[in-house]
Amino acid sequence: MPNNFLRRVDLIFDEDCNLKDVLKSTYQRSNDDIINELLESGLKGRGGAGFPTALKWKFTSEQPDADKYIVCNADEGEPGTFKDREILFKVPFKVFGGMAICAKVIGAKEGFLYLRGEYRFLLPELENQLKVFHSALNDLGINFTIKIVMGSGAYICGEESALFESMEGDRGEPRNKPPYPTVSGFRKKPTVINNVETLVYSFMIFRYGARKFKELGTADSRGSKVFSISGDTPKPGIYELELGMTVEQFVEEFGDGDTKAVQVGGASGFCVPRKKFKDTIIGFEGVPTGGSMMLFNSSRSMYNVLKNYLEFFEEESCGQCTPCRVGCQQLKLGIEAVKKGERHAVYLDQLQKLAQTMKITAKCGLGQSVANSFFSIVENFKEEMIY
Amino acid sequence: MAETKELVKTLADRHGRTRESLIPILQGVVQQERYISSEAMTEIARELDISAAKVYGTATFYSFLDTQPRGKFVIRVCRTISCAMRGKSLIIQEIEDLLKIKVGETTQNRRFTLLETNCLGWCHKGPAMLVNDEVYTELTPERVRDIINEYMNK
Repeated sequence: MPNNFLRRVDLIFDEDCNLKDVLKSTYQRSNDDIINELLESGLKGRGGAGFPTALKWKFTSEQPDADKYIVCNADEGEPGTFKDREILFKVPFKVFGGMAICAKVIGAKEGFLYLRGEYRFLLPELENQLKVFHSALNDLGINFTIKIVMGSGAYICGEESALFESMEGDRGEPRNKPPYPTVSGFRKKPTVINNVETLVYSFMIFRYGARKFKELGTADSRGSKVFSISGDTPKPGIYELELGMTVEQFVEEFGDGDTKAVQVGGASGFCVPRKKFKDTIIGFEGVPTGGSMMLFNSSRSMYNVLKNYLEFFEEESCGQCTPCRVGCQQLKLGIEAVKKGERHAVYLDQLQKLAQTMKITAKCGLGQSVANSFFSIVENFKEEMIY
Repeated sequence: MAETKELVKTLADRHGRTRESLIPILQGVVQQERYISSEAMTEIARELDISAAKVYGTATFYSFLDTQPRGKFVIRVCRTISCAMRGKSLIIQEIEDLLKIKVGETTQNRRFTLLETNCLGWCHKGPAMLVNDEVYTELTPERVRDIINEYMNK
């Protein structure tokens, strides 16, 4: 059966664009004009949280400080996500281009790309590409430089304020918010921090105009998105798809015929069970995702899946705030105890309360989002947690 | 240790002596010596004129900044769900049998260390592992044996 809704898009990896031309035409426009075009496109951050990109740029541009920065977050660590690696491997100049446009709008002279330690093998080629980029900027008379900063294996550094701490040479522990990065970011200066993919879409919006982007997707989720697809699927890999599809349409295309659940958004995202495939939209109006889509078929134990996620969080929690540090450990120990029969099944209710407490009280997105997978797996696959 | 002292100085010359140079210097030490000894930490503290506790605090936060002695080749096998579903246990088993060490251990001759790590970003091509900075994907027990054998001869 042909899947009419699922539309492949080719914006991200499209090679048909010239860096210099796009920068030249965009640099001739006024900052307000650029921000309005981005606002018009409806682009929201592609890292997962989905904050409107134009507003980040606008707020930072309004700050009076002389020093401002644009940082590209390439600390892609969410389980099941690998799109940024592919983007940086194939079209790094578009990422740099997006940063240069942002730099003009906010008035930054320096940009940084924070690359996760696991992707160090990309570094030599990225440095080469950066040389080409800097010489192109030189030709255009644009005063802006980008430096690559390497991470060292910490998932939490994908959290923007933890990333700044890391760039400044400290432990990657998230800061209190507010102030937000648009006011106080890297070196406590106003900073725009965008995901790799967001920067590429920004660049492409100035290549093709907001209209082309806006034609895709739904009112809440404009445009397309790069999905990282893994798990029980005959065709794992990276696909750029129009936003707005349901999980059912997705599974029809990528499932192996026996899909019982899809984890949307990685370990910090939501598990969608088969009975909810039809009514769940992948996007900001339903289940948001930074791109991670993991499929599980009926041979998989969802207990093992949840346990793997909790082990991940337990290890990656920065340990700064108690709800997250202790909560992750206790959730893991708790489901193990129920599984072994050391605790009665009603103990799961108590664990859910703990997860809810973490959602309210944890300092950053890591601790707050543990509840997402915990609730959606425990509620939908309760029998698997107990027997 | 004169060598470590020299290395830290060279790295500080290259990356600078500000707080922001700390992680690049720590990374440089790991690249050269595979781990950050307490001598190295004290030396870095002296070069950057910050407390050794600060250096220790930062160094121990990051999983790739090892503060325990490691082998010349550090093997990190991805333990996250997609790789686990594609048989990472078999890969670990194979490496353990080959090197006669368990996860977390280093061989007697200080050539290899075997570790598990979180998502490496190769979920569509699991199981995956890193040997130092080099990536290996779509591993099978046979393939991993060949790879390890190659490193044994390096």
